[in-house]
Amino acid sequence: MDFQVVVLAGGNSKNLTPLVSKELPKPLLPVANCPVLNYVLHQLEQSNLKDLIVVVEGEDAALLVGAWISGTFIDRLHVEIAAVPEDIGTAGALRAISHHLTAKDILVVSGDLVSDVPPGALAATHRRHDAAVTTMLCSIPVSGPLESGSSGGKDKAKKLGRYNIIGLDPSKQFLLHIATEIEKDARISKRILHAVGQMEMRSDLMDAHMYAFKRSVLQEVLDVKDTFQSLKEDVLPYLVRSQLKSEALLNRTPQGEENSTEKVSSQNNQAFISRILANASTPSFHGIYSENPDGSSSTRKTHKCCVYIASSSSYCVRLNSIQAFMDINRDVTGDADHLLSPNNIIGPSPKLGTKTTVGPNCRLGEGSEMGDKCQVKRSIIGRHCRIGSHVKVVNSVVMNHVTIGDGCIIQGSVICSNVQLQERVELKDCQVGAGFVVTAGSEYKAESLAKKEK
Amino acid sequence: MDARRMSRAVPRVRQVGFFTPNTPVQQPRPQSAAPSSESPPLSDSPASNSLSPVMIPPPRHLSDNLGGRTAAVPVPGRENSGELPTVGSYNPSESVLWLDSPPRSRIGDEELSEGAESSLGWYRRSNSAKFASSLPSGGFNLSTVKHPESVAAVEAKNPLPGKSEAQKEQASSSKPLKAKTTKAERRALQESQRAAKAASKAEANKSGTAGGAPSSKPMKQPPLKKDGPPVASSIAASERIGVDRSVEKERKKDLPPPRKQFDDESRGGRAKRRSVLNQPEARNRVELFRHLPPHKNGTQLPYLQSKFFELHEKHPAVYKVGLQYLAGDLSGGNARCIAMLQAFQEAIRDYSTPPEKTLTRDLTSKIGGFVSFLIECRPLSMSMGNAIRFLKSRIARLPLTLSESEAKTTLCSDIDRFINEKIVLADKVILRHAATKIRDGDVLLTYGSSCVVEMILLYAHELGKQFRVVVVDSHPMLEGQKLLRRLVVKGLSCIYTQLNAISYVMHEVTRVFLGASSIFSNGTVYSMVGTASVAMVAHAFRVPVLVCCEAYKFHERVQLDSICFNELGDPDAISKVPGRVDVNFLDNLTDKQKENLELLNLKYDATPSDYISVIVTDYGMIPPTSVPVIVREYRKEYLLI
Repeated sequence: MDFQVVVLAGGNSKNLTPLVSKELPKPLLPVANCPVLNYVLHQLEQSNLKDLIVVVEGEDAALLVGAWISGTFIDRLHVEIAAVPEDIGTAGALRAISHHLTAKDILVVSGDLVSDVPPGALAATHRRHDAAVTTMLCSIPVSGPLESGSSGGKDKAKKLGRYNIIGLDPSKQFLLHIATEIEKDARISKRILHAVGQMEMRSDLMDAHMYAFKRSVLQEVLDVKDTFQSLKEDVLPYLVRSQLKSEALLNRTPQGEENSTEKVSSQNNQAFISRILANASTPSFHGIYSENPDGSSSTRKTHKCCVYIASSSSYCVRLNSIQAFMDINRDVTGDADHLLSPNNIIGPSPKLGTKTTVGPNCRLGEGSEMGDKCQVKRSIIGRHCRIGSHVKVVNSVVMNHVTIGDGCIIQGSVICSNVQLQERVELKDCQVGAGFVVTAGSEYKAESLAKKEK
Repeated sequence: MDARRMSRAVPRVRQVGFFTPNTPVQQPRPQSAAPSSESPPLSDSPASNSLSPVMIPPPRHLSDNLGGRTAAVPVPGRENSGELPTVGSYNPSESVLWLDSPPRSRIGDEELSEGAESSLGWYRRSNSAKFASSLPSGGFNLSTVKHPESVAAVEAKNPLPGKSEAQKEQASSSKPLKAKTTKAERRALQESQRAAKAASKAEANKSGTAGGAPSSKPMKQPPLKKDGPPVASSIAASERIGVDRSVEKERKKDLPPPRKQFDDESRGGRAKRRSVLNQPEARNRVELFRHLPPHKNGTQLPYLQSKFFELHEKHPAVYKVGLQYLAGDLSGGNARCIAMLQAFQEAIRDYSTPPEKTLTRDLTSKIGGFVSFLIECRPLSMSMGNAIRFLKSRIARLPLTLSESEAKTTLCSDIDRFINEKIVLADKVILRHAATKIRDGDVLLTYGSSCVVEMILLYAHELGKQFRVVVVDSHPMLEGQKLLRRLVVKGLSCIYTQLNAISYVMHEVTRVFLGASSIFSNGTVYSMVGTASVAMVAHAFRVPVLVCCEAYKFHERVQLDSICFNELGDPDAISKVPGRVDVNFLDNLTDKQKENLELLNLKYDATPSDYISVIVTDYGMIPPTSVPVIVREYRKEYLLI
């Protein structure tokens, strides 16, 4: 289908500090015992997209990710790993691999997207409108634990501020305005507003970081605007802003190339044909705008910025914060369990002690052992964990090789790999970084514990 | 399945000559009585002419069928796949069935017998009576155009009995016959074999499932269109439905619980497997139009979109065009045809012959796949059918010595030439012709938005003629507004009105210019729904009606009504008025109430030739009766282009 797929896997995310580390870059962060990148790759694989470019920030991370991909998808996907320096942003990463891009359209997917929206839908929308850029919007996920905890309400209020303000045309097909933060005042191009006549402002939609770009446009923008750092914050708003006055270079219509071999009359015919086609198709506001008052199509260049709005029933969340991490873990084992790829089924049943109960929506990795009278509810426990007796794990994520002493109570927490919790530790809403040792009897609430980096 | 349909359609087509379109059903009967007798030609055709009252059967078949079906299959229950055990509802259908089963079964028998052992008498008659000259290439064209399989099977050797079939075939395509080419013979044989096979298969199918016409939509539509030109005629279509049902009815007699035609398990499954799109639910649809493929409403779009990368055998350009058809982004006969051809052109450019295959064969089947995909998105228009036929014939005629790249460039330039000569130049010629009919002070009326009419108006305006334009429009498409906008922008003075006010504006109109989706060989104009009423009102007011249509849209089919072949639009489109929140009377009906509501949004209608004064085409201005001449005389040139 002449699409090239770029997965922006990222590297070490600051938002997820205690969870990700040098040893565990963000793409490999396990969600329900399965690296988050797996969800994207699996989704792409199901859509029959087997040639991918995975861009990872940092050489070390790239090695780790590459090793994991080649181990998991060895014969199923053809993946190129590209390592880019850290902190050059998404646009920078694309710029770095720009010379690899050859297909007509580029599908850019964020590696931390956990979604069941088929990428084909986005691509098809893109093609149908012949757009310069198409972005996927999804409704803002419900965040916070199911039974909203003490700080839930406050969190939500704070979160809303982070989401986008998005302007759509009445048919909800074109993107007219996008702003990432709520600012005091939003600037909307008068020209666009005039051309469309009506704009719908939405704040309940989120940019899902899945884009389809026309390659020529993308490369042009990346070349010309070399200060652009982020796709979402620079490139996309730029394209949206300039959609009615796009520089000529953005809109090299292929018509000139097509028939230049023949005589003038054929060009005449070409114009004739394109007029027939244009008259027959439903005009978008771009077409109407670019039309001169006398009806002839003019030199005003436009490009289309389209949106694909995922249906509200589909699942689409980005793993970009600890809260999101918790939510995704919860959803993947609960409501959205169809996301789990088949290679992610529960391993050989772990050893459970007597009177130990494992509630619904749980996932236990292989080789984990639990002592007597434990309780596990809505939690994920990784591989080879050793859990003592009288332990209560609720709404938590426990990664691999964790040792939990007797009588611990863990609520709403994330415990990374190789953590050791000694006896009678009580954790509530905490994140424990990899390799940390929590001493016996300690109690933490809403704290982030990590080994001191040397 | 395809084969069976084709063989069925064949005999009927032969009867639908250009001169006596009203005598279709008559002929098979005597023929079936004496299938192998060389019946004298003259005794038959006059008789059939004089017996015109008896020709009513086809419509009666249809209505009977419908009656039977309504009785047998309660409407609301259609979706549920359960049986309908009610004896009361079944019995009437049976009685109806008995009433008209004799003629129908005869037709069926006749076909089958004719398929099995072909009847020479037929061919003679039709040949001598009606068709004089022949095109030696006719058979070849047909065989190549039709089906990949048929092309492949031309190899089969057995020259014996099929002759008449072949000639019928040719006759039906208005390609009269004389030379009994070997190819035709072979083809005929294959035809007959296929018919026999299909008959037996049909037997099995019918007894098993009693599935009906609509459920086989994906399969039914293609034969109609692909071989539509040579084979199908309107009567053939209507009759075919009749026959299908008659056979099916007879099965039904044996199998008490009548079944639905759409949701029948095995049939639906088969159709589904074959199709890319989900079969839309057979919602409440008007009984008379159940045989038409249901509208692929917007719900199909997301589904198709999500499959975007999975259907990698469809070329992206074709896929895009398909999506545009489905989403309604692209409409209008010429535009759709051009878009399709350009997509094919792109697909051909990117094509490379797989190993151990020949370009001719493989590309033909590939194009066939594209076409069936496009049909699923939206039924093709006649013009597109003609264009596809042209393309396939070009592929089949490629010399084997050509290298792949040469062949591809040849094909691409052929497509370009088709677009240029058949559409662009044709339009320019039409402009010239039509402009001569516009005088100063005229009031011209047009309906909807036809691109050629628009060009005529603009051209006449450029010539400095002083005239006014009445643009008549109708819900739900409101295409006239688009036209209106472009005309007004160019400085024409326009009047805009809706179709329901047509009788008020007509009295001051001096000419009516109409576009057409297709023109059949009996002069019937197949065009956007509402055209017929405009033409009739104009006729009543004695206003000349000029239909502007490129000759590539002509079709040798004969159609008398707009029921047997049509297209359904989105039923929701007519129940809602865009932008009017206050007109929402149909919005909050309960599901139970909705069961009583059937929405009909027809896309096309057929205007009888009586209401048409002249057809402006690229061969000049002709009366509607001359359409078959153009179809016949220029077919060769059209395929040779």
